[in-house]
This record gives sequence, C-alpha cells and structure tokens, in this order.
Amino acid sequence: MDMLTISHVSKSFGENKVIDDLSFSVKQHTIFGFIGQNGAGKTTTMKMILGLLQFDKGEILVNQEPVHFGQTNTNQYIGYLSDVPEFYGYMTPKEYLILCGKITGMSKEQMENRIIETLKLVGLHSIDKRIYGFSRGMKQRLGIAQALLNNPLLLICDEPTSALDPLGRKEILDILSHVKKHTTVIFSTHILSDVERICDEIAFLHHGKIALHGTLDKIKGIRRGNHLEIEFYSSSDVQRFKINYPESKIINELRLRLDKKTEKDMQNIMQYIVENNIAIQRIEMLEPTLEDLFMEVIHL
Amino acid sequence: MKQLTTFTSKELLESVRTGKMLILSILFLLFGIMNPAIAKLTPWLMEILSENLTETGFSIISVEVNALTSWTQFYKNIPIAFIIFLLMFSNTLTGEYQKGTLINIITKGMNRWKIIVSKAITIIAFWTIGYWLMFGITYGYNAYFWDNNIISHIFFSAFCSYLIGIWLISLLLLMSTIFRSNPFVLLAVGGVFLVIYFIGLFPKIGTYMPIQLLNSMDLLLHIEKISEYSYAIILTLIFSILNIAVSIICFNKKNI
Repeated sequence: MDMLTISHVSKSFGENKVIDDLSFSVKQHTIFGFIGQNGAGKTTTMKMILGLLQFDKGEILVNQEPVHFGQTNTNQYIGYLSDVPEFYGYMTPKEYLILCGKITGMSKEQMENRIIETLKLVGLHSIDKRIYGFSRGMKQRLGIAQALLNNPLLLICDEPTSALDPLGRKEILDILSHVKKHTTVIFSTHILSDVERICDEIAFLHHGKIALHGTLDKIKGIRRGNHLEIEFYSSSDVQRFKINYPESKIINELRLRLDKKTEKDMQNIMQYIVENNIAIQRIEMLEPTLEDLFMEVIHL
Repeated sequence: MKQLTTFTSKELLESVRTGKMLILSILFLLFGIMNPAIAKLTPWLMEILSENLTETGFSIISVEVNALTSWTQFYKNIPIAFIIFLLMFSNTLTGEYQKGTLINIITKGMNRWKIIVSKAITIIAFWTIGYWLMFGITYGYNAYFWDNNIISHIFFSAFCSYLIGIWLISLLLLMSTIFRSNPFVLLAVGGVFLVIYFIGLFPKIGTYMPIQLLNSMDLLLHIEKISEYSYAIILTLIFSILNIAVSIICFNKKNI
C-alpha cells in the first residue's frame, strides 16, 4: 500500500514555478530519499504534504486521505522533523513532549509511556534542563522524539542531518533506520552518502520535477554505462590516447577518464592500447556513485 | 477543548518563565501607586516651585489636591500603559513565525483557530488583571487619602478605557496574522489607531468610534452623560469580535 501519493501537483510563488506537475508515491515501511539541490522544491513539497502550504493544482493523499491546506486531519498520521527544529526554549524536553502529546490527543497513560520510550530512543531521557541550552544535535534528537511521539505512519524529515557533525549524523541515521519497522520515512537531503546508507528508494527532484525515481540499484542501472579510468606511465601516452579518444577527460598528468562506457567499449580500448604499444599502470571500470548521477541530473 | 486549554497553559507558562508576567505585574503596580503618589506629592512639588517663582514675581497661594487629581493622573497614564502592554505582546505571533515554533504544533494536529483564541484569551486575561489591579490600587489609595465620592461614574469611566485596551489587543492579533514582523505589526496598529482617531474628530461620527471612549474622563467631571458612550461601547465590542474573527480567517490561510 502507498502511504503517500502525490499526483500532478504544481506550486508557484508569483511567477516562479517551484513545483511543476510533480507525481510520485511512497510505499509503506520504506525509507524514501528525496534528493535535490538547494531550491529544488524539497521543503515546499514537504510543507504541501503537511498542509502548511497551499498547492495550485493536483492532489496529495496521505494514508489514502486527501490533504487540504490549513486543515490538519491528515497530520494525525504524520510526524515532521524540520532541518532546524525549533522549540519553546523555556521548556524541558519532557514538558515539550507533554505539550505535543496533549495536542495530539494522547491519554495521560499513553503519554507517560511514550515520552519515556521516545526520549530513551533519542538518548535524552536523563536530561532535565531547559531547551535553551541545547546544541543543534540535541535539538535534532528532540525533534525526532516529538515527531515519533504519536507513532506516526509517515515520518517526514527535511534535511535532518545537514547541520550536524559526522557523529550526530550517524546517530540520526541509526534512529531513522531503526524506526523503519513501524513507520514510513521520507527523508530529504543533499548529503548523498546518507541516502546511499539508509534509503530503499530515491527520487531526484530537479526544477520542480522528478528527474529520476526508483531503488538505488535501479537508478544506477538506468545509466547508459560506467566511468572508465586509465592510468598511464607517461604523459606522452596520455596525449596520444587523447588524440584518438577526444571525448576523454584528463584528470591529471597520468590519468584520464571516459564517461558512459560499456564492457564492449572497454575491450575496444584495450585492443587500441595493445596495438599502439601504450604502457598503462591500470584500467578500471568504475561503478557510478550517487553523486555522479546527481551531477548528471542537474546538468541535463 | 483539550487543545485550547493546553495551548493557553503554554502561553501562561511562557509569560511566567520569560519574565513577562513579572514585568507586567510591576508595571501595573507602579502605575497604580504612581497616580495617588503624584497627587499626594503635588503640594510639596508646588511649594518647591513656588520658592523659585517668588524671585520672578509669581506666587502660588494654595494647591487643592483631592481624588480627582489622582484620577486625572490615572487617565494620563493609561496611554503609556497601552503602549508598553502592546509592545510586550507585539511578538506573540511574529516571534513564533520567525523561530518556526508553530510548525511542530500545527503538524501535531493543532487547529489553527485555537492558536488565535488561546493567544486572545491569554492577552485579554493579562490586560484585565493588570488594568483592574492598577485601578484597584488607585481606588484604594484615593479612598484612604481623600474621598472617591466627590466624583461620579468612576467604574463606568474606567470600563470605557478598559474596552479601548480590548479593541487594541484584537487589532494587534489581526495585524499579527497579516504581517510577519514586529515593526510592521506595531506600525499597522498605530496606523489604524490614528485613522480612527482622525475620523473621531468629526463630531457626528466621533460618538460611534472607539476613540470616543478615550474621553471617558469627562464623565468624572459631569461634562458628559453615560448615554453618550453607548454607541461607542457597542461598536468597540463589535469591532473587537470582528478583528478576532478576521484574524482566524487570515491565520487559516497563512503559509506557515
């Protein structure tokens, strides 16, 4: 079952069309990576899912129910973590979660258990100081606790790791991987290694449209070939090779790279090298990284 | 109902922990004490002034101080109390927009109208308690030192000024749902007040405008009758309710 369905959604700010006929869906119990440059429309899309922004046309369904701007019915299924979550600094984490629990309509007993559980999950259970003094990492962890408090079916995280150090990032990614058992996670970011680490499915958002969508393997498979990297013994051989393969890119004095090559291309190149007595240290077919794909998408 | 009481409690906690409640308590207490204190000190101040004036040929023969002197001071201080009070609550929504603290609350399922109503309840409660505390202190001191019976319509006159505060609070809430920054909210409230003030200068329309209530001190001096305020009171109440209703409509449509 799809936990989220976005169909032909468009959104403009004045003359600027930020989202253009966007359509995709997210299956239950998956971690969905939502990738795009700054300004690609990731946060706008998330805010539309949350009913915080009005969309011009299209339809958004959360748990098969339509989202209406300004109303909060579908938000009962959603937990939201913004990139820099902000809280009432004069409260303690527990007081803040009690406030959130009461707003969501949780009973006193439910709240007591769940607050302890979520604070333990994010490692804040022993902290009783006010939120004023919290670091970014601590705020992010509290953000996850509040987002998970009411056991949401859909957890939306807007660049949750972008402001964190490597240790903080690891902690957040571990928590997100852990909650996948019970919750569907949408996770926007431009840190591609984070996506490769935890996401089951990814979508590249570019100019308000989905440029690529699928599982990581499927997306890597869409590419028409891999990089071929050759390391020579002398720079003169690099120049000789370059004359015959002008599309190749020189990386440094002894190395060059050819993009989108197949195994057949590799065989032909190796034959050329042997026939022309060119000495090489190494020839290697490189798997495309998500970063390569990202760069390809944004330069389309 | 649970959401409304929860958010109102949050507003109260915020006022306590951010020191807003303490500052307001001190402010209204000081204003309450200042009115009779200034009246009480007036003869002494005049005596000092008189010594200086003697050299120039002027002389002050006698200064009569009574409850009216203190009440006059009370009405002079009310505009200052309005300004300080509005300044303190001008960030009630803009502060939340700028920090982004409402995002978590709304995404947790909080109905937007309840946010506006909670804020209105809290601010009006502070104004009510503060204003009548200031009034009560002045009234008590005046009764102790002089005689409040020499003037008429004390309570009705004070109620008129109190209503102006309610109207300004509703205006503050409305502007806070339209604008995103503090200075714009304050400028807009000030702007609307000035427009209404100038409209109120025309005698025929003036009696219907909330500004008419600012003249309520004239009731103490028997210059005007209570009936001359009835239209202004009704319209001020209608304007206040309308302002809050429109605030809710604007806030429901606001991109947070």
